[in-house]
Amino acid sequence: MSKDIKIKKGLNIRLKGEADKTISNAPRSRTFSIRPSDFHLITPKMVVKEGAKLQAGDTVFYAKANEAIKFVSPVSGTLTKIERGAKRVITELVIEAEPQDTYKDFGVADPSSMQPEAIKQHLLAAGCWPFIKQRPYHVIANPDSTPKAIFISGYATAPLAADYDVTLRGKEKQLQAALTALSKLTEGKVHVSVGKTGVSPFEGLKDITLHTVSGPHPAGNVGVQIAKIDPVNKGETVWTVNAQDLVIIGDLLLTGKFNAERVIALVGSSVKTPKYYTTKIGAEVATFLYDSGLTEENVRVISGDVLTGKQISVKGNLGFYNNTVTVIPEGDDYEFFGWNKPVFDKISTSRALTFSWLFPNKKFELDTNTNGEHRAFVVTGNYEEVFPMDIYPLQILKACMVEDLDAMEALGMYEVAPEDFALTEFICVSKQPHQEIIRKGLDLMYKEIG
Amino acid sequence: MGLKQKLHTLKEKYKGKKMAPAFNALHTFLYLPNETTHSGSHVRAADDLKRTMNTVIMALIPCLVFGIYNAGYQHYLATGEIEAAAGFFSGEFWSWQNFAMGAWTVLPLVIVSYGVGLAVEFLFAVIKGHEVEEGYLVTGMLVPLIVPVDIPLWMLAVAVIFGVVIGKEVFGGTGMNILNPALTIRAFLFFAYPTWMSGDKVWVHGAVERAKEIAAGSNADAISGETILGSYAQNQDVVYSLQDMFLGFIPGSVGETSKLLIIFGALFLIFTKVGSWRIIFSTLIGALAMGLIFNGVVEMGWINEGSKFYGLMTVPFWQHLIIGSILFGAVYMATDPVTASQTNKGKWIYGFLIGFISILIRVFNPAYPEGVFLAILLMNVFAPTIDHYVLQGNIKRRMKRLKVKTA
Repeated sequence: MSKDIKIKKGLNIRLKGEADKTISNAPRSRTFSIRPSDFHLITPKMVVKEGAKLQAGDTVFYAKANEAIKFVSPVSGTLTKIERGAKRVITELVIEAEPQDTYKDFGVADPSSMQPEAIKQHLLAAGCWPFIKQRPYHVIANPDSTPKAIFISGYATAPLAADYDVTLRGKEKQLQAALTALSKLTEGKVHVSVGKTGVSPFEGLKDITLHTVSGPHPAGNVGVQIAKIDPVNKGETVWTVNAQDLVIIGDLLLTGKFNAERVIALVGSSVKTPKYYTTKIGAEVATFLYDSGLTEENVRVISGDVLTGKQISVKGNLGFYNNTVTVIPEGDDYEFFGWNKPVFDKISTSRALTFSWLFPNKKFELDTNTNGEHRAFVVTGNYEEVFPMDIYPLQILKACMVEDLDAMEALGMYEVAPEDFALTEFICVSKQPHQEIIRKGLDLMYKEIG
Repeated sequence: MGLKQKLHTLKEKYKGKKMAPAFNALHTFLYLPNETTHSGSHVRAADDLKRTMNTVIMALIPCLVFGIYNAGYQHYLATGEIEAAAGFFSGEFWSWQNFAMGAWTVLPLVIVSYGVGLAVEFLFAVIKGHEVEEGYLVTGMLVPLIVPVDIPLWMLAVAVIFGVVIGKEVFGGTGMNILNPALTIRAFLFFAYPTWMSGDKVWVHGAVERAKEIAAGSNADAISGETILGSYAQNQDVVYSLQDMFLGFIPGSVGETSKLLIIFGALFLIFTKVGSWRIIFSTLIGALAMGLIFNGVVEMGWINEGSKFYGLMTVPFWQHLIIGSILFGAVYMATDPVTASQTNKGKWIYGFLIGFISILIRVFNPAYPEGVFLAILLMNVFAPTIDHYVLQGNIKRRMKRLKVKTA
């Protein structure tokens, strides 16, 4: 039973620097990196030592809490560096790549004839399990649990996000293999949501329930789609997978190789020629940044979109879950009487001498300035306008801040992920760190309840 | 080296020092800070608290300007030096003479309100080491608009200190307070100096002095500065026309007399999305409902002319909106987001009850014929309770979803 999901509340943040819909091959990166911080709450246990020779697909480390969850090398090469931070926490693993990849062979598998347990073991062994995340808590899925449903958003509405219709074009075979495999892992259905307009590569695929979504961001957020299709109740688990990672899972099943190849969008107002690139997980972003060129020196490079991505340096690497790299100007400058003069070049949901409402289709060039200082919550009622879930955003944030577990649970904490609060954070007059507050709240619940 | 660079150097120099908040408050007044995002969303919308507060102040400026002219106008009208104004743009009202006299009486109120209030804010910011918050910018503007024009400045200063310290800072500053600070100041004045804050002398500049002169043996005429509500409460005839009440050519607290300008302010606040239209409308609906009930009581003959409530009960229900301070309270006081209900559903209930109770107190309070500030303070206290029940609705819905599943 497919649904037609219409989202009314939300906000499309229109930015300059949308990617041209052509795909180029990024030059081969010299080094690749794995950042354990991409995998929230995972403590890595190293399997190999510095200097080890690796094939693409060789296990590098596993999760301390669950040995079965393995993390593998995206390419073949030599593990040259294990960077450690405070308390000797591993911050980054650097792999110097060989010019050509050799792959560890996990064997071709046909998911339609496999038992669920066999599929699980296959994905776990080949390092594809971390692509599967779960709600509640928004962490890598527990392989011992069975979800009531699996959700995939095939519609990206985040600002400048890579268009799945472009990045997944021609990958229907891989998608089908991955979806068939996933459909065996749940008691319920695999729900895939695609945009109402455009031709999605998901259309016509088997073993899924296809929904259409329309409306402003966060219509494409999988959390919003879950809330509209089959919300998470206490005691229930759902899994989510990013659409682009289905390709890697599918490749594994079809060829037996862990192929970390991914089509990403390089976007943002500081990029000279924003477009799509074929690259691999963990590649140096410089390989395509230099190809497209930057328009200015003082920039912020983000692995991901502007709302939820991680800040990396110009020499940084593509994150495990990201298919967008955004480059925008830094905003570390003062603005004379910036708090009271009329504003035409920034986005606002109010009309307090801010005039973005006059230009609904204008594309803005936003920088990283907070446009104000951190304050206690004062304004009310504005978050609700961009928050389409049946949850009170201000109240749940406050419950997280005072660590009231009962209130957090009652107000719907099992249903949310930090990314769901990206828009409320964007418009927050008090400049509160919403996503951080929610993440800490989820971590607390995971520790105390989960 | 420009001003920007100089201030930046100073800011770095004072970082972590005791006086840093005081310096930063002045610095951020001149320049939007160079702060960049470091967690979560990398870009942010244009609005900050300063801009929001500034919008409210802009909505109050017309009321202040009108209040200044009106203070002079009421004074000269009472002393018989000018004729009554005819129409909103009457030259009798918008004259230099009125402005000068009004500015002479009203601006000291503004200066004392801001001076004392901001001094307390800066002091607390430095002691507690947090940034100076913007909340007082609006409070400081509201206070001179809701007091009688002839209030002694020392009284105002004492009240402001009380209001800011007890009404706000003890709870943790802007955003944490339970009661509206401006109304806490008003309530303090009312309960600490009741003889000053009611009666017929403080509403027109000069009336108190004239009364003293008469007592000392002068044979000048006494100045009556009776407000409309005062007249009604004593079952007297009201000498002002409906037009005067609407346009604001009447005695009353400094900034709340002109309903026309308050309506403009309300439209501005609603348009900019800074003020909650839900609260404004529901307050007015609540006031109209209570007014209708009282009119009904009179209609049914349950009350006779001998009753001391008769005068106010016979006021046609819609006229309640243009007398007293209900409109000002609804637009500028009830909408304070910190002390109001924080859920959209709660705002409807909260506003309705403010309007309802305002008129109830207005009619039944023999000592002081205006109930708006008491009603808002009362509902400030109940706002969290209203929100609690609204949230329970959401929580129950979630529980039900689970039960349907497991059943």
